[in-house]
Amino acid sequence: MAVHAEAHAAHPPAAHQSSRIDAPTLGMLLFIGSEIMLFGSFFTIYFFDRVVAGPDEWPPGEFHLPVFVAGVNTAILLTSSFTMHWALQAIKRGSRAGLQAGLVLTFLLGLTFLLTQVREYSRVGFAPDDGSFGSTFYGLTGLHGAHVFVGLTLLAFATIRAFRGHFSPQAHWGVEIPGIYWHFVDVMWIVVYTTVYIL
Amino acid sequence: MINPLRSEAEAYRFLLLTVGYFAAIVIAALAIGAWAGFVVFVLLTVAGVVYVVRARRAEPPRQAVPSRRGREDVRRILVIANETVGGERLREEIRRRSEGYEEQVLVVCPALNSPLRHWASDEDGARAQAQERLNASLARLRQLGIDAKGEVGDGEPLQAMEDALRLFGADEIIISTHPEGRSHWLERGIVEGARERFAVPITHVVVDLEAEREEVR
Repeated sequence: MAVHAEAHAAHPPAAHQSSRIDAPTLGMLLFIGSEIMLFGSFFTIYFFDRVVAGPDEWPPGEFHLPVFVAGVNTAILLTSSFTMHWALQAIKRGSRAGLQAGLVLTFLLGLTFLLTQVREYSRVGFAPDDGSFGSTFYGLTGLHGAHVFVGLTLLAFATIRAFRGHFSPQAHWGVEIPGIYWHFVDVMWIVVYTTVYIL
Repeated sequence: MINPLRSEAEAYRFLLLTVGYFAAIVIAALAIGAWAGFVVFVLLTVAGVVYVVRARRAEPPRQAVPSRRGREDVRRILVIANETVGGERLREEIRRRSEGYEEQVLVVCPALNSPLRHWASDEDGARAQAQERLNASLARLRQLGIDAKGEVGDGEPLQAMEDALRLFGADEIIISTHPEGRSHWLERGIVEGARERFAVPITHVVVDLEAEREEVR
């Protein structure tokens, strides 16, 4: 009975609303699910192309990928995930300065990643219309770059709100949700980097 | 179920695991050969799937909390029963639970179906049979002086309870089953499942229809 009374004292969910997962997280999960399908279709094209080319011909002879620069870029993106996590842990401990510093660092690292990628596009030596390899390379990395851009937009809003004092240890959904998205973008980059650049 | 992206902290942990996963594959592929990388890929993937399946079992479900509706002097009781709702013990229990209150009783009969028919979306027969059982149960309760409403619920009893709770907002749930050994619901742990899942008092009433019939005789 005590549990019952306590439960009623809280705000119970309305009809037709799941109590198993809250709406913002569910929305983000559905979004990420659709994103996985989108990336999956691009990877399907990539692996089809690679299988058709044969095991000794990948990447095709005339194409050379900037593996080292992309590796440095990977480290930058992974570091940005760490700073994102740090930012959220900071606000959970009540440190607004930590949140602000973490978000600014995350944004700058993400921006560095994106600008480096754009710079590499101009130096890589092939274009999207240079055969199927060029198309799939630019398709996959460009799709990921677009997601980084969206993530940066979300981070920009979160950072502005952090400086305006919108978040507290109890209320920080505006950081949590972009954080989940940002980590997802990083996970996708790990997959892209490993399959396209290394293996 | 384990959901790796439920919170930022879990998503970050998932990212670190992903890094480790791909690092192991790359190291094996570059140091030993492509087949070694493939073997590591298969082993880690199988290990990951096994972990997710096991963790899914261990993760406690979040409890559903029904909305409170109506006046404070009204006792809302959700009765979930398949065919045992007409039993004497259940009637006594409802009477006991609503003593001093104005009672509102909702009886839910799950539309129990075979797995094959369920997956074939062939539920018309099951719902019609459940409706017949429900009509008989409501008529029996009315004869006993209990004014109950009723509805046919989902074929999965726990889901039927959750659906009813969201719209009815019960103060408590009474689950009526056959005695142990004859009850399929008890074998499936429906009562324990309901206690884990719903933040309302749950009473389990065992109704032995055979014994009651003999008693009447």
